[in-house]
Amino acid sequence: MNDRAMNRRDVLKACLAAPLQSAAFQGKSKVVIARDPLLRGPGHSIDQPHLLLMLDRALQSFYDRDSAIEAWKRVVKPGEVVGLKVNCLAGRGNSTSVVLVDAICERLQQAGVSRHHIVIWDRLNQDLESAGFRVSEWPDRIRYMGNDSSGYESELSVYGSAGSLMSQNLTRVCDTVINLPVLKDHGIAGVTLALKSMFGAIHNPNKYHVNVGDPYVADVYMLPPIRQKVRLHICDAITAQYEGGPSYMPQWIWPYNGLIVARDPVALDYTGWQIIEQKRAEKGMKTLKELRREPAYIATAADAQHRLGTNDPQWIERVEV
Amino acid sequence: MTVDRRTFLKTATLSACAGGLVPLLAAPAQEDDARFTIEAKFYEKLPHKKIKCKLCPRECVIDDRERGYCGARENRGGTYYTLVHSRVVAAHIDPIEKKPFFHYYPGTLAFSIATAGCNVNCKMCQNWDISQVRPEQVRAVYLPPKNVAELARQYGCPSIAYTYSEPVIFCEYMMDTADAGHAAGIKSAVVSGGYIQQEPLKKLCQHVDAIKVDLKAFSERYYKEIVNGELKPVLDALVTMQKLRMWNEIVYLVIPTLNDSDSEFKALAHWVKSELGADVPLHFSRFHPDYLLKNLPPTPLDTLERAKAIADSEGLHYVYLGNVPGHPAESTYCPKCKRMVVERVGFTVKSIRLRKGKCPDCQQEIAGMWGA
Repeated sequence: MNDRAMNRRDVLKACLAAPLQSAAFQGKSKVVIARDPLLRGPGHSIDQPHLLLMLDRALQSFYDRDSAIEAWKRVVKPGEVVGLKVNCLAGRGNSTSVVLVDAICERLQQAGVSRHHIVIWDRLNQDLESAGFRVSEWPDRIRYMGNDSSGYESELSVYGSAGSLMSQNLTRVCDTVINLPVLKDHGIAGVTLALKSMFGAIHNPNKYHVNVGDPYVADVYMLPPIRQKVRLHICDAITAQYEGGPSYMPQWIWPYNGLIVARDPVALDYTGWQIIEQKRAEKGMKTLKELRREPAYIATAADAQHRLGTNDPQWIERVEV
Repeated sequence: MTVDRRTFLKTATLSACAGGLVPLLAAPAQEDDARFTIEAKFYEKLPHKKIKCKLCPRECVIDDRERGYCGARENRGGTYYTLVHSRVVAAHIDPIEKKPFFHYYPGTLAFSIATAGCNVNCKMCQNWDISQVRPEQVRAVYLPPKNVAELARQYGCPSIAYTYSEPVIFCEYMMDTADAGHAAGIKSAVVSGGYIQQEPLKKLCQHVDAIKVDLKAFSERYYKEIVNGELKPVLDALVTMQKLRMWNEIVYLVIPTLNDSDSEFKALAHWVKSELGADVPLHFSRFHPDYLLKNLPPTPLDTLERAKAIADSEGLHYVYLGNVPGHPAESTYCPKCKRMVVERVGFTVKSIRLRKGKCPDCQQEIAGMWGA
């Protein structure tokens, strides 16, 4: 959603639609890509101050604010329990970066969110640990916990082809969620970005990889707890992977040194997919369509039944900062 | 075989308790994952630490640290593991008729076990809370093969049944347990969807004594839309079982509007007779709304009776109705003289008139495994 120049009607519409944000994209969907060629210091380690600056640029641009803190205040409110949904399947090699999560936590606290109201979560404690996070459930600190700690709901959430038990990290622990996927290829589903990363919120993701994930990825995202609580997507594109995902394959990663920010998961996925295709073309590799793993679920997520966002480049406002 | 009063009472008592766990398992505790994890038997290693599962026709290609569709098998660094060996999530003592097996030691008990996971995702699954979850998401107990055999013996069960979820996905455990059972004089009966590749099926048939297959419909469309599987491999599996002389019974769950047409019943019965033979028991079972199919009503009785009439007219010898306690079609009739040879009410066997597997009135052989 473009947050600039909202009139009274737009504000009212946005407020009314907030619980169902997925159906409420007015005008063009904004996707901000922030990059920094100096992000990596010696030894390819991430330079924390540069990362923080890049994150600030991305958020300020997305929300059209002069200050990063003001931008973050558009995302969260004091008193809310904010979940950061990370993607840790690829271990330390290519999961959501610890340094990015640290930077977001810093800004969230500066925006008024208490540290004990920040929860970093994914499927399993083991996944979190393997990606470099330390599992911790101390109530007065930032919490890091897998769904195996929080547990799952006992009643099914159902939409279309999807029927799943939802993580209680999503349904009970957190009031709102910021999704932090990674920019990468997926050997079955084509790509795994904002939409597919929410497979980490259900108990049975293994059931939804058939048919290149279509329509399952879109159907899972339609499950009410996901649609209602995921407020922003910040795709970790610091290290991206154009082949061999979702596992970490060092021969197919490249330093994209960027972040991709959007509220519209479909627009983000479409944009990220094109970046991966462009890299594949540079490397002389076949397109995902030629390999019969074009992520058709992105178009499904945009169709009239789902309306999770737009995959039409004419309706995506791509901003590079 | 006739059932004496003691046997009947024992069966009836345990049948009544069939929903309860064996007392030894009444207080399960989560066990260490490593105890349940052994290398899987049927897979192929691929480049870049990927593997291809060769257990079921789905042939999942699985990345490192990922699992297949069943959720019970995991790639760890290019080696494939089953996570459910000896990881029992349900253990009950059931009458064998509950499986249902009607021509396999009627009136006996089966020590029935399951692990978590399944290689399909049927929208009408009655046990989705164990079949459609990952092993670590449900409480389990460590029950190695020898212990299963010992418990079966202790509780007077001549068979171990692998049931409730999908035994194909715990085939290593099933084969080891069947071997342990045989060493203790206990047989093994499998309750499966039959969605399995030929090689593991042939191996499995060397270990177990009977397989009941849930043939969920007779159309690929239904298998794709309702089961998330395929029909053809299941039919191929049934033919292979027959060739290997494995005792086989078939259950067909009749769901209103989805698989209840006359033409489908006729095609099914015709195929069973021509490919497997008229002696394979075919059970038409009543649907109860559950899981993702709560919008449909239970199967009307006249639909089930219509299915039976069609299968009878196709020439099948043993056509039963299931989940309709007290219906005459629960009992077995001699295909020659038409007299009742096994009388059942629900899961209870009231009388067995067979003499050495033959009708006492006309000496017609009744296909099955009847015991002494």
